[in-house]
Amino acid sequence: MSVFPYLVAGWILLIGLYGMVRSRDAIHTIGCLAVAQSSTYVLLLAVGYRRGGTSPYFSDTPKSTTVVDPVVQALALTDVVVGATVTALLLALAIQLRKRHGTIDPDSLTGLKG
Amino acid sequence: MSRRLRTCLFLAAAVVLAAFYAAACTGLPHFAGLVHPYGTRAVAAAFRQRTANVISSINFDQRAFDTLGEESILFAAVLGAIVLLRRARDEREAAPAPGRVMPSTRLFGTVMLPITLLTGFYIVAHGQLSPGGGFQGGVILATGLHLAYIAADYRALERIRPLASLDVADALAAGAFAALGFVGIAKGAAYLQNVLPLGTFGQLSSGGLVPVINAAVGVEVGSGIVVLIAHFIDQAVEIESPSTQDGQRPDDASGADGGNR
Amino acid sequence: MPTQDLLPLAVAVPLLGAVLLVVAGRRLPRVAIDGLVTALAAADVADLALLWARTGDGRSVAWLGGWRPVHGEGVGIVMVGDRIGIGLALLTAVLILAVVGYSWRYFEQPPTEHPGTFPALILVFEAGMCGFALTGDLFNAFVFFELMGAVAYALTGFRIEDPRPLQGALTFGIVNSLAAYASLLGIGLLYARTGELGFAQIGQHLAHHRVDALLVAAFVLVLTGPLVKAAVAPFHFWLPDAHAVAPTPVCMLLSGVMVELGIYGIARIYWTVFSGPHGIPMACFRDTFVAFGALTAVVGAVMCWQQRHLKRMLAFSTVGHVGLFLIGVALVTPEGVAGTALYVAGHAGVKAALFAVTGVLLDRHGSVDEYGLYGRGRELRLGGVLFTVGGLALAGLPPFGTGLGKAVLEHAALSRFPWLLVVFVGVSALTAGAVLRAAARVFAGAGPRPRERYAGPETTGGGEEPEIRDPSRAVPPPMLAVPAVLLLGALAVGVLPGIGRQLALAARLFTDRAGYVAALYGPAPAPSGASPATGWTAEGVSLGLLSTLLALVVAALAVWGPAVPSGAVHRARETLSATGRRVVLPLRRLHSGHIGDYVSWLAVGLAVLLVVTAAQV
Repeated sequence: MSVFPYLVAGWILLIGLYGMVRSRDAIHTIGCLAVAQSSTYVLLLAVGYRRGGTSPYFSDTPKSTTVVDPVVQALALTDVVVGATVTALLLALAIQLRKRHGTIDPDSLTGLKG
Repeated sequence: MSRRLRTCLFLAAAVVLAAFYAAACTGLPHFAGLVHPYGTRAVAAAFRQRTANVISSINFDQRAFDTLGEESILFAAVLGAIVLLRRARDEREAAPAPGRVMPSTRLFGTVMLPITLLTGFYIVAHGQLSPGGGFQGGVILATGLHLAYIAADYRALERIRPLASLDVADALAAGAFAALGFVGIAKGAAYLQNVLPLGTFGQLSSGGLVPVINAAVGVEVGSGIVVLIAHFIDQAVEIESPSTQDGQRPDDASGADGGNR
Repeated sequence: MPTQDLLPLAVAVPLLGAVLLVVAGRRLPRVAIDGLVTALAAADVADLALLWARTGDGRSVAWLGGWRPVHGEGVGIVMVGDRIGIGLALLTAVLILAVVGYSWRYFEQPPTEHPGTFPALILVFEAGMCGFALTGDLFNAFVFFELMGAVAYALTGFRIEDPRPLQGALTFGIVNSLAAYASLLGIGLLYARTGELGFAQIGQHLAHHRVDALLVAAFVLVLTGPLVKAAVAPFHFWLPDAHAVAPTPVCMLLSGVMVELGIYGIARIYWTVFSGPHGIPMACFRDTFVAFGALTAVVGAVMCWQQRHLKRMLAFSTVGHVGLFLIGVALVTPEGVAGTALYVAGHAGVKAALFAVTGVLLDRHGSVDEYGLYGRGRELRLGGVLFTVGGLALAGLPPFGTGLGKAVLEHAALSRFPWLLVVFVGVSALTAGAVLRAAARVFAGAGPRPRERYAGPETTGGGEEPEIRDPSRAVPPPMLAVPAVLLLGALAVGVLPGIGRQLALAARLFTDRAGYVAALYGPAPAPSGASPATGWTAEGVSLGLLSTLLALVVAALAVWGPAVPSGAVHRARETLSATGRRVVLPLRRLHSGHIGDYVSWLAVGLAVLLVVTAAQV
């Protein structure tokens, strides 16, 4: 099952999308967006795994130690920060929308259509 | 579209997406393979730059420009929160009521707050050597400060949280990152080039520009997240919108319990 | 300073400027902040203009951090500027400068405790867009994509007292971020296959693999972000919701350049990453995206005609034109790229000017409703003239840049897809017709007062919050000077022959994949083949006049048609509107404002793209 970890990433994306489609609350939608985003972490880290590899730092291990791919870890770290900050912005919008509109149920948000 | 139609439409598309994604996965290299050309090069480059933590070497040296963009997103998010979570024209600020805290919680917070802050500083300072760095340590620093909110109340948090200087610190640290790039240009090298003395591998002072940028990132993340959280807490604790004042509004999704504290 | 240092400077200058505004803003009066931000915006224009001049008919390459590759292998990020990328960054910088000028004294910029925050966000936005236009690295492009996205969400929701901007911004943020994560998933797949992140480096390594499902999936996933940003149907639903509600200066930037950066991203990524041997065949890319472009253009134009909310009308007109731009780059010829570049440059000036004048209306009357504003723009004579000229330019009236771009594209499309002529002429006529219809009603009070007859889904645009709360004062001069200058700029793009010539050379360079790869490692050979002709031709002028005439006719029919007493005209109108209702009403219903619908459509779009691409490779 050498593709299994990759498939997990795809499953997480689809389940996140499903949640967004079925959502009845914008906060829940934003949560599902974060779930969908986690698929990128899983894929990146799965891609970078190396058999028998440890974490890629060498302050107390010899330089010949096998380590996992550090590049995807750096990318995932960047991705985490990006995701967290964007989520914060979206939540800020949701809070204000809740105050102004009285609801954040997508079915009741009818201000923009046609 | 009705809920049912929307779901059916999505499921039909999802089947296609799943099929293609699964087929694509069979074309990927086998899981846990040994060949990672970029990763191998990055490790070698980190050794040349005498940076023991390869991820820090990538984030603050080899691909520092990515991190500059990412720090700018954080900076923008803090500015965005200042703008979006401002007090609207029809809202007013109310003084938060003092909260009642269990003695055990108070004790826990009093003990953990300094320990957490110390841990945060350690993680930031050793970013070039061991797991961690500016982001991770910055987040620990920012959340550690909020133990004051849990262990005491909002007013205690406000006393130890110099918000006005923190958002300036956040901006200055973001600017410091962009400005540090010019050190390279000033020395006739490229933007963001690591031209500082590299030091000895494994020592606290090693890595040249890496610990400097790392520190800037630590300050930015630490202060930025405090400011970000402060604006969210203000929404729950301090700002009263007209509908709340009338008592018309049902409990707020942003955390009604905060309003009682 | 060496030329290559100007590339990162285009990002660093606005970032440092934003920091300066945040730190110093609290201590400075409003006038000083306005002056400071103007100087900073001008500095970035100067940097990019210098870069444009020094790069010439070649490419500027900067390895950030000095990480030049050794023996063809490296670990660093590269920025590559050719005149298409630099030109787009320069267009961004010029538009930022215009927006900054437009915002002088315009709207109190809350929060009052943090003055300088709004212009600081504008500058960070600029940094994100310039970074995206100049980077040569796929992951770096994702970071800058998210940077411009994050700023844009915050700026769109700027007016927190009104629920509509908040909803628009939330939809915008969720859909765009989701698309960015899909792109990142694609980047992960490409990294797994090639072990590289640079555009050119990935492209080189893909040549060693066969074409399979992984390549198709990665291609579609990576392009999801730019496709959503470019608002290509069916990924376009967020755009009218966001552009209709953002503050006017922000609308100018969103419609003027940000959406076009999506088109740029599609073209750049395709040419550098996927167009090589064992990539996605050109015929597949061409046929697929010409079809998507035509669909987008038609949907945008039809929806544009239906709107009475002026900003939403302009937003749908952007969707229509983006469809034409997508067709342009999808022709995979230097001529198509050159035409698109000219069209984008002209369109940016025209569309920003139209939004700017709409902002004046919003300021005066607290409304952007075509019906509600009937005849109320009479005293705003200069505004009316500018709006009408903008409408004519949108139709492709020679010698505006929009007209030249459209003419070059029509010529480029003619040999292979003659039916596209109808799309080009029809879409520009219909979108411009809507603008001219609104101009006649609002600024001249022409025709009978429009009646409320429609009962379907609609956003009216009445009861908007004025962005300035002092309607008694005179219109600030920059609010009309800036659109006038922008229209002159759009005119210059079409009139000055040098611009077309340089963009033609740039387009030849843009479509030279081997040269792009070679430029990373040393001086690249000059591209072979002639550069496309980008001058005015009799054919181009007549097609431009034709679409302008059609725009005037449909606008006149809409405005004065109801007043014509003839029974035949009346009957024709009734039949037309009955068929229109059957086709158009379902289309309008699809634009439901529901985030769940939009996510579904995104998934459907991806599925269709996957199937269509796989069937052709």
